[in-house]
Amino acid sequence: MDNWRRNPLVFWVIGLPPTFWLLVFFLIPLGLIWVLSFGEKRGVVEIEITWVLDNYARALDPIYLQIFVKSLWMATATTLICLLVGFPIAFMITFAPARWKPLLLLLIILPFWTNLLIRTYALIAVLRTRGYVNFTLEWFWDQSNWLLNLLGLGEMQLLGEKFQPLLLLYNNFAVVFGLVYVFLPFMVLPLYASLDRLDRSYIEASLDLGAGQLRSLFRIVVPLAKAGIFSGVVITFIPALGSFLTPDLLGGTDSLMIANVIERQFKSANDWPFGAALSFILMYATFFALALRAFLAKGSSAMEAG
Amino acid sequence: MAGPLLKRRREPLGPLDYSRRLSLRLVFLVTLLFLYAPILTLIAFSFNDSRRNIVWRGFTMKYYEKALKNDGLIEAFVNSLTIAFISTLIAVLLGAMVAVLLWRFRFPAKAPYEGAMALPIVIPEICMGVAMLAFFSRTGWPTDLPWPLNLGSITIAHVSFSFPFAAMVIRARLVNFNRELEEAAKDLGASEWETFRDVLIPYMKPGLVAGGLLAFTLSLDDFVITFFTSGPDTVTFPVKVYSMVRFSVTPEVNAASAVLIVITIALTATAMWLQNRTQRK
Repeated sequence: MDNWRRNPLVFWVIGLPPTFWLLVFFLIPLGLIWVLSFGEKRGVVEIEITWVLDNYARALDPIYLQIFVKSLWMATATTLICLLVGFPIAFMITFAPARWKPLLLLLIILPFWTNLLIRTYALIAVLRTRGYVNFTLEWFWDQSNWLLNLLGLGEMQLLGEKFQPLLLLYNNFAVVFGLVYVFLPFMVLPLYASLDRLDRSYIEASLDLGAGQLRSLFRIVVPLAKAGIFSGVVITFIPALGSFLTPDLLGGTDSLMIANVIERQFKSANDWPFGAALSFILMYATFFALALRAFLAKGSSAMEAG
Repeated sequence: MAGPLLKRRREPLGPLDYSRRLSLRLVFLVTLLFLYAPILTLIAFSFNDSRRNIVWRGFTMKYYEKALKNDGLIEAFVNSLTIAFISTLIAVLLGAMVAVLLWRFRFPAKAPYEGAMALPIVIPEICMGVAMLAFFSRTGWPTDLPWPLNLGSITIAHVSFSFPFAAMVIRARLVNFNRELEEAAKDLGASEWETFRDVLIPYMKPGLVAGGLLAFTLSLDDFVITFFTSGPDTVTFPVKVYSMVRFSVTPEVNAASAVLIVITIALTATAMWLQNRTQRK
């Protein structure tokens, strides 16, 4: 690597355009939002920057606090489910024959490359009242009723008078389901990366010395894959916390997440300063999660070295 | 293929043969079903001859024809492709500059600089979306320009989030570059620019293409940031699909979605293939 002074002309020629772009079309817009978050609404479009903390204080209002708690809760549930499902998958791919690995990984990643909106939309068709899940359930209901009739138990109406479709869409369940559907690859990849580097002789040694599979898993594999687990958890948690589209399309009136409230402040409610403050709270939460990951990664690598 | 598989199964399960354990295989299969069933049914039912969308009533292409005749949808699609194309060109150019800058030079405050470059990758999309909305409305960005120019604000926003990704991909390619090649070129009398053009750029090419395809897919896929920067006359494909989905689930949207899925998957497959080839070399 050269010192930039060795070739200042090249340094400035290739350095200036991207830096300019980042500054003008990314950092300044962010800074603008930051400044707006200390402003007060004066008219329909007028905002006076008065450097007050009112907007941040308003975020502590029970209504919004509740939405924050709900968002955290949904993102946490999503991350845990992704971890529980993703771990066995990453584990299986790790121990699959080498020539199968790229294909198995590709199978997990490929859906991630189709448009997020389209994937979420596809879920609507699966989950809605007249969707595939309920359609399948109804078919089973009909079949079992037919069977019961055959057995002479039809009159008792054991399964109820009519098929009751499950309400799977427009509630918190649908949102978590959709988030898991969208973010599962985010969990599998880092888990796989750390499991694949794991020295298998440790597992063999543990099994040879009489520990069972489960005990080897929790005492050997999980501690060694800790860095990957942290990465996966953070990488899944951050976008899940800030997701807008999934709660917007799959959620009901009581499954709003932070991003939906932010969108409302900027569109229908037209309260930009408050929306800006909420955006920055969300951003601080993201930075906190990233810092935590860096901190934990440092801790676990120090442990491995020691 | 069934032959060897069956034969192998007769061998006793080794302690580390986790990929052959039935329970793990079952989890994997159920997950694949969970991941693929919705997308595949969406594609399959775009050919279904029924508005109800649930029961198969025979093969038809009429929803594709309908989607083709929907002027709003086509306009949005053309807008999306135009934005993706222009933003990709700029993103690759800027991304390559960042990649070379970070790969080649040591300079003061490099770590914070790298951190700032990674910001567009890590911050929540919604924050970037509202930042762009505020920026373009507060700076009085003109909104009544003629056709390709009115897409300017969306294109700029797309470049902002895609060029750090492109830079990442291109930099990964540069890591393996043998700097002796560069020195040899200079020893043989090539100028800085000639070395750059004839040695470094050809070496970077697979990275440039992979980064470009990534930027293109990101741009084509983006909904949230575009949603905040688009106006009534500058609708992109995902924004249009969003407004259609809000009203109802129609086979027409299925048809349009299926087309987009095929395009993105083809592009991604190409990008991955290129990157694989790059790594093997």
